[in-house]
Amino acid sequence: MVEPYRAFSSRIIPLPAENVDTDQIVPARYLKVTDKEGLAEALFRDWRFEEDGSLKVPPFVLDRPEMQGRQILLVGDNFGTGSSREHAPWALAAWGIRAIVSTSYADIFRNNALKNGVLPIVVDATTHRRLFELVEHDPDAELRVDLAEQGVLLPDGTTIGFDVDPFAKMMLLAGTDELGYLLGKLPRIEAWEAAHPPRIDTRAATPAGG
Amino acid sequence: MTAHEPRTIVEKIWADHVVAEDEGAPAVLAIDLHLIHEVTSPQAFTGLRRRGLTVRRPGQTVATADHSIPTTPRSLPMLDAQAAAQISQLERNCADFGIPLHGIGSPSQGIVHVIGPQLGLTQPGMTIVCGDSHTSTHGAFGALAFGIGTSEVEMVLATQTLLQRKPRTYEVRVDGRLAPGVSSKDIILALIARIGVGGGTGHVFEYRGEAIRALTMEQRMTICNMSIEGGARAGLISPDDTTFEYIHGRPHAPSGAAWDAAVARWRQLPTDDGATFDRSITIDASALEPMVTYGTNPGMGIPITSRVPAPDELSDPAARRALERALEYMDLRPGQPILGQKVDVVFIGSCTNGRISDLRLAAEALRGRRVADGVRLMVTPGSDEVKREAEREGIADVFKAAGADWRESGCSMCIAMNGDQLQPGQYAISTSNRNFEGRQGKGGRTFLASPLTAAATAINGVVTDPRTLPGIENLAAVGGR
Repeated sequence: MVEPYRAFSSRIIPLPAENVDTDQIVPARYLKVTDKEGLAEALFRDWRFEEDGSLKVPPFVLDRPEMQGRQILLVGDNFGTGSSREHAPWALAAWGIRAIVSTSYADIFRNNALKNGVLPIVVDATTHRRLFELVEHDPDAELRVDLAEQGVLLPDGTTIGFDVDPFAKMMLLAGTDELGYLLGKLPRIEAWEAAHPPRIDTRAATPAGG
Repeated sequence: MTAHEPRTIVEKIWADHVVAEDEGAPAVLAIDLHLIHEVTSPQAFTGLRRRGLTVRRPGQTVATADHSIPTTPRSLPMLDAQAAAQISQLERNCADFGIPLHGIGSPSQGIVHVIGPQLGLTQPGMTIVCGDSHTSTHGAFGALAFGIGTSEVEMVLATQTLLQRKPRTYEVRVDGRLAPGVSSKDIILALIARIGVGGGTGHVFEYRGEAIRALTMEQRMTICNMSIEGGARAGLISPDDTTFEYIHGRPHAPSGAAWDAAVARWRQLPTDDGATFDRSITIDASALEPMVTYGTNPGMGIPITSRVPAPDELSDPAARRALERALEYMDLRPGQPILGQKVDVVFIGSCTNGRISDLRLAAEALRGRRVADGVRLMVTPGSDEVKREAEREGIADVFKAAGADWRESGCSMCIAMNGDQLQPGQYAISTSNRNFEGRQGKGGRTFLASPLTAAATAINGVVTDPRTLPGIENLAAVGGR
């Protein structure tokens, strides 16, 4: 269960890499867990640490002292490409990331992020460049993310609007989840099932000639 | 839309499965088959228990253990305590909730995307989901099949439905015929090289055209499998007689009168003439060469006789930066040929290319030959049944005689979470689906290619064009053309 998603302000963690895949976000060897806890240490593990477990020199962006506590990740195109592992947004959320800004996301990652209080904000290429320029010019620039208003407020007072699936927005703002909504549809599901008998039974092979 | 308007297969399957659709909300989509495995399901079952829910349709759910299991002999204990705990949790979850499990030691164990089709559970017109992005594999049968996250696994367990927005459609037309030595893996690698790893985002690919029709089911599965590498959650092929023939007689296939009724229904599925797609691309199969990747995503692929691209040829700064980084990781020089590049490991297996016809092809290339000195060839069958069949046909002996390491089935070095992995700096040519940094082991470097290219490379120890293998015309026919 996630908290209702409220507006917040944060400085930015810039990560100007394209096609960042979920194997980088959480390497596969961290997928042997049976709960969702403790994944912050797995986040970008192999970009952050040397073989012997020491931090890379210079440190990966997440480990720079001034980046601690920042909640907005600014990344390149097609973030979250690759596997369906929800461990990726679990790890981002555990680190404290609440919004990502990019020009595009991989479909499964975007769905998973939305279910875990990590807002994948899409901006156009011009705005995207402008944000990277902003953070280059002023590394401590602060943004205010307001999901209800679908806007990102910049330090200069301008607001960047963004689109979001209205249903996902409603779920995030209410801090509720899709399973609750689906359970409310059970009468409809039962009616549909009554009219559409299952085509297979995984528990029993088809009798020969049956 | 009227009933007479031409529709794509995606639109037909979609319309058949919409349970409800509220204003402003995604559709509630019924799921026919839910596949689960040890890695992406534990938290979903925890969620069910926390809410006091049961699995709504255990008879439409099926489980296997594949991702984190060892591929060493099954008589040996599992050394990784964390993986062992994950497996035992899967066993308990399946027992508690009445889900059939094709687990370790079962003759029907295997990679989830290999056993679904093998058992005849994967059928045309179905909606199929799994907490695994390569669920797109099942699209080869004309099913709408896609990967989901663990929250969605929980939703499907609880309700046998999912909330979904209708996807857009993307026609991938592959005209002409493949030359000997060029395979379905090369078609999909060529597509991804053209459109990029985000090219299909928001879409479902439908593969069509003469070259696709000529493919066997296992070759079609290879293509659909890697739809996700092109950014599409799903990719499918309208079913035809090849599809029906493959399904007929399998354990969960309909039989008798039910079979005839099913085929009659399945024949209504193919995309109608005149149906329109949101996007479209055409590929000439006859112009394709074997493909190989040189970089750190599956879109960084080239025809095998080409040279590694140079960053300074690129005008887009982001693309240039990405290429520089990839070449640095791979330790390759801009403009160098990829042919002749040394490899340390050859991996044949995975849900992309771990089926019996893949192994037949690779074995035929290796028959009477030896793996090059200093190269490790690892062959991991996609399922226990594939392994038994390969042993029955003598294929396993061919691999062993060539010096290969013949393993038990599992995901193995495709995802490298079970101890089967590259050492830092090693190069592998791999029939799997992802060449991301560290994918096959931290610091490891992957060239993706077809089973034939992998086998030819194993013989020479360097990246080799399979078309140079003696008797390639006859050899290619082994895989079914």
